[in-house]
Amino acid sequence: MSDLTRRRLMLGSSAMGVGGLLGGCELIENGPRRPGLYGLSDTLTLATQRLLLRDQPLVREFGPEAISAVFPTINTTDPDNPDYRRSKASGFSDWRLPVSGLVERPAAFTLAALRAMPARTQVTLHSCEQGWSAIGGWTGVPLSHVLASVGLKPEARFIVIRTVDGWWDSYDLFDALHPQTILAYGMNGGALPVAHGAPVRLRVERQLGYKSLKYLASIEATDRVDGLGQGRGSMVSEMGFSWYAGI
Amino acid sequence: MTNAMTARAEKAVPRHPLWVRLTHWVNTGAFLALLVSGLAILLALPRLFWGETGANDAPAWIVLPLPVNLEQTGWGRNLHFLAAWIFVLNGALYGLVALASGHLLRRLTPDRDQLHPRHIAADIRVHWRLTGSGAAGADRYNVLQKLAYLAVILVLAPVMLLSGLTMSPGVTAAYPELFTLFGGRQSARTIHFLSAAGLVGFLLIHVWQVLANGPLDLMRGMITGRSARPKSGPAAPEEDPR
Repeated sequence: MSDLTRRRLMLGSSAMGVGGLLGGCELIENGPRRPGLYGLSDTLTLATQRLLLRDQPLVREFGPEAISAVFPTINTTDPDNPDYRRSKASGFSDWRLPVSGLVERPAAFTLAALRAMPARTQVTLHSCEQGWSAIGGWTGVPLSHVLASVGLKPEARFIVIRTVDGWWDSYDLFDALHPQTILAYGMNGGALPVAHGAPVRLRVERQLGYKSLKYLASIEATDRVDGLGQGRGSMVSEMGFSWYAGI
Repeated sequence: MTNAMTARAEKAVPRHPLWVRLTHWVNTGAFLALLVSGLAILLALPRLFWGETGANDAPAWIVLPLPVNLEQTGWGRNLHFLAAWIFVLNGALYGLVALASGHLLRRLTPDRDQLHPRHIAADIRVHWRLTGSGAAGADRYNVLQKLAYLAVILVLAPVMLLSGLTMSPGVTAAYPELFTLFGGRQSARTIHFLSAAGLVGFLLIHVWQVLANGPLDLMRGMITGRSARPKSGPAAPEEDPR
């Protein structure tokens, strides 16, 4: 892990420490806002999980024999988007992933460029908020590596990710720079299937499945997410779910 | 104050301390909220599995005869976690005071005479008639009542909490031992459901016992803390074992 990554992890975890606990709903500065009692219980949950996860533990990883025969696909399974369809027809050879915002060297990565980066393979348990769970093997490049290669500016605090089917979500650096947070282009030893988010999806292993967005379209580093959309930090939050989905 | 009211007030004896009444009613609200919201979450996948994985197309241990509803999960989860925080914080407060005040040992632990097989058999016969246990006086719970309360406080509630946490990818990243404890995420989900069913069973018997044993006076005792019930009820202890 680069020095930058380590520094970010420390920054992320200290910001979540005692000061954050005392701050109540200000747990994450310029973070997502949720009013009312549900916002309070979300904050309690986030504060508790940050305390438990302060040493950035990895989730359990399995051997390849544990991979599930059944791995459901929900929401979009084949984006109805002309650009996506054209790109899919060409084997995603023209696909680009722009990384912009508060970075030193904005860039757009091809699939080949991501594949040329250091890869990580992890066989993990995917937990859906609907109750189902399945084990899948994911291969990709750690998001921390991609961010290090474009150079995060010191004021960057959140990573906002958008997808070709119109979803968006945000992650603070505590999760974005975690070693198991990867941009996955492979599944179970092969290329990532379209139904699972080809050509590249996100894996955020310490949160529920809905944080692991499929069909990535862009990555942007920002210093605040309270001004995006309705200020709740993600599209699922605006649908009534928690921004932080550690439970 | 009228004479009748004075007479009633004089007859009333202390039954439940304030902290018991407070935590009891907070717990009632939290439990009902957990039950309703838990059902809302369950309806997204009313199938139970053992082990780590399970999904709609995977073989299930039990398919519950419930209508599938994917629309209720959002508010269900929100209410479930808010109520869970109240349940846990209220439970922690109850546990601390119950332990520190001696309530757990004095009121909830069966006395030596109550553990005699003949006493337990007699208590089971009383309950078996389904006419009500004749609820003991304000000074002592009957032995089945004590064992039921202890099972809820020391077994079902902790299992509920831990199996719930085992479904959390965040918590299990820090404590993967939870998977070992419950035999996997889906096993934990199944055990969460089974212990919830156990708590519902307790609730039904609890409410039936109240209804069958002078509900007005029992409710009065649990709300105001005082009860008209005489100090020694029908199942009073024969003798102090000391």
